[in-house]
Amino acid sequence: MMTAAEEPGSARSARIPTRRYRRRLLLNRFNLAMSLATMAFGMLFLFWIVAVLVQNGYSALSPALFTKMTPPPGSSGGLLNAIIGSLLIVGAATFISTPIGILAGIYLAEFGRDGWLARATRFINDILLSAPSIILGLFVYTIVVLPSQHFSGWAGSLALALIAIPVVVRTTENMLRLVPSSMREAAVALGAPMWKVIVMVTLKAARGGVVTGILLAIARMSGETAPLMFTALNNQFWSADMNGPMANLPVVIFQFAMSPFDDWKALAWAAALLITLAVLGLNILARTVFRQRAMR
Amino acid sequence: MEDADQGRERQGGLELIIGARSPRRWQDALFRRTTQLFAALVLALLLSIIVALAIAAAPALQAFGLGFFVTDAWNPVTKQFGALAPLYGTAVTSVIALLIGVPVSFGIALFLTEMCPVALKRPLGTAVELLAAIPSIIYGMWGLFVFAPFFADHVQPVLQRFLGELWLVGPLFQGAANGLGILTAGIILAVMVIPFIASVMRDVFEVVPPVLKESAYGIGCTTWEVVRNIVLPYTRIGVIGGIMLGLGRALGETMAVTFVIGNAYRIRASLFEPGNSIASALANEFNEAADPVHRGALMSLGLVLFVLTVIVLAASRFLIARLSLGEGRQT
Repeated sequence: MMTAAEEPGSARSARIPTRRYRRRLLLNRFNLAMSLATMAFGMLFLFWIVAVLVQNGYSALSPALFTKMTPPPGSSGGLLNAIIGSLLIVGAATFISTPIGILAGIYLAEFGRDGWLARATRFINDILLSAPSIILGLFVYTIVVLPSQHFSGWAGSLALALIAIPVVVRTTENMLRLVPSSMREAAVALGAPMWKVIVMVTLKAARGGVVTGILLAIARMSGETAPLMFTALNNQFWSADMNGPMANLPVVIFQFAMSPFDDWKALAWAAALLITLAVLGLNILARTVFRQRAMR
Repeated sequence: MEDADQGRERQGGLELIIGARSPRRWQDALFRRTTQLFAALVLALLLSIIVALAIAAAPALQAFGLGFFVTDAWNPVTKQFGALAPLYGTAVTSVIALLIGVPVSFGIALFLTEMCPVALKRPLGTAVELLAAIPSIIYGMWGLFVFAPFFADHVQPVLQRFLGELWLVGPLFQGAANGLGILTAGIILAVMVIPFIASVMRDVFEVVPPVLKESAYGIGCTTWEVVRNIVLPYTRIGVIGGIMLGLGRALGETMAVTFVIGNAYRIRASLFEPGNSIASALANEFNEAADPVHRGALMSLGLVLFVLTVIVLAASRFLIARLSLGEGRQT
C-alpha cells in the first residue's frame, strides 16, 4: 500500500512500474473481475429460474386454467378454485395486517420513538421479519386449528397476516420518519389535535411509502407455502367458505409438483408461472412507481 | 417502566403543548393508547409463539427428555424420536449455504458500491432484490426438475473425480450422484440467502464516510486496497450482522429444501446422500402425524428451530445496530 513511502520522491519510480506495483494492480484487477463474476453468478440464477418458468409454464397456460377446477389425477382441468382461494386468503390477510401494522408503525414513529416499548418492539419486529414462516404456520395451527378441530381459510389468512405485519410496521415507521417535523409543527400550530395531525398530515404525506410496504407485504404473502399447509390445507373442489379448508395456489403447486402425474405437473408449472409473475410484478411496481411517488 | 416511557415523551415539545391546551385531550390519549396496544401486540407475538410451541412440544419432551437432542432414531411406528438427524441436516445445509453465499454476496456488494456505473446501480440492485422476492416453492420446483438433474450430470461427477479421492474431504463427495441431497439443498439455499446478505453488505459499505475512502485513494491505493483496508475494517460488525441474517434465513428456509434434500433421517459423511432439515421434516410429516408423541416431537423440532433463529437474528440485529451507533458517534 505504501509504495510511495518506500521509494521516496524518485520520479523514476512513478513512471517505471515496479514489480510490487504490478502485483498490486494485478490483484486489484483480479478481485474486481471476481466481483463482476459474482454479480453475473447472481443474475444467472435469476434469469435461469425465470426462463425455466416461462418455458414450462407458458405451454401449460390456457383459458381452462381460469375456468375449471383442479382435476383428479389423470384428467385435465384448471386452477380456478386455487386462484380464487389464494385471492380470498391473501385479501383477508391484507385486511387483517394492514391496520395492525400501520397503527404499530405509527406508535414507533410518532409516540414511542426511543422509549423502552418502542425500542423493544422495533427489535422484535426486525426478528419476526426474518423468522421462518413455517413456524408461524405451526403457531396458528396450535392456537386456531387445534381448538377448532378443523383447517380453515381464516387460519391461513391469520398465518399470512402474521408474516405481513412486520413488513408493514417496518415500512410505515421508516416512511413516517421521513416526513419533516415542520409539517407536524405547522399542523399543531393551527390547533389540530395530535391524532388529526398524524392521520391527516403525517400519514398522508407518507402515503406512497406506506402503500409500497403493503404491496411488498402482499407479494411476500402470495408465495408463502409453508404456513398454509398446516392452516388452510387444500381443497380439491370449489369453495368460497373461509371456515373450511381452502384450495390455494402455493399448496396446489407443492402437491401437484411432487405427484407422478404429467397433467398435475403441467398445472403446477402454470401455477408457478402465475405466482411468480404476480410476485415479481408487485415487487417491480412497488419499487418503481410508488417509491418514486413517495420521494416526490 | 411506564413512567420512564412517559417522561421521555414529555420531553418532546409537541406532546406537551397539545397535552396542556387541547380540549379534546381524551381523543389523543385514546389514539395514542390504541397505537401503543398494537405495538405491544407485535412485541407479545414472539413470546406467545414460544409459549404455544413449548406447550405443544411438552408431551414429546417429557417422554424423551434431553436425550431427544442426541439420538438419531426417527421411527413413528415404534414411537422412537430423536432430533439429531434433522439438526445435523439443518446445520450442514446452512454451513454450505454460507460458505458459498458469503463470498458471492461480498462480491455483489463490492460491485454495486465500488464498480457499478451509476446508471446501472438501481436496476441491478433491484434485480438482486428480486432474487429474494422469488417464492421459496419456486426455488424448490426449479431445484427438483431443473437444477438437480443438471447437478447430477455435470457437477457431481466432476466433484467426485477431483475431490472424491482426497484425504479428509474425499468422503464428503462419494456415493450415488443423483442430484438430490444435502449438497444440492445447501447450494440452492446459498442462492436464496445471497440477496439478503448482499443487501446488508451494500448498505453498510455505503455508510463508510467518503473522506476516508478519498484519503486512501489520494495516497495511491487501488480499489481493492481501499475495500480491504478501509471499507472492510470500518464495516466489519455490520458485515458479520449481514452474515448472521443470512444464517437466520438459511436455518428456517422450508419449501426449497423440502423439494431437494431427499427426506431421509440419516447422518452420513457424504454430502451427496439424502438428509433432512428441521423445516423439511415439519413440511413433510406434520399433516400425517396423528399420534400425540409424533406430533409433539415435530413441535419440539419447531420450537428448537424458532429459538435458534431468534438467537441468530437477534445477534444480527444487535451487530448491525451497533455499527450505525458507531457511525453516529463519528460524524
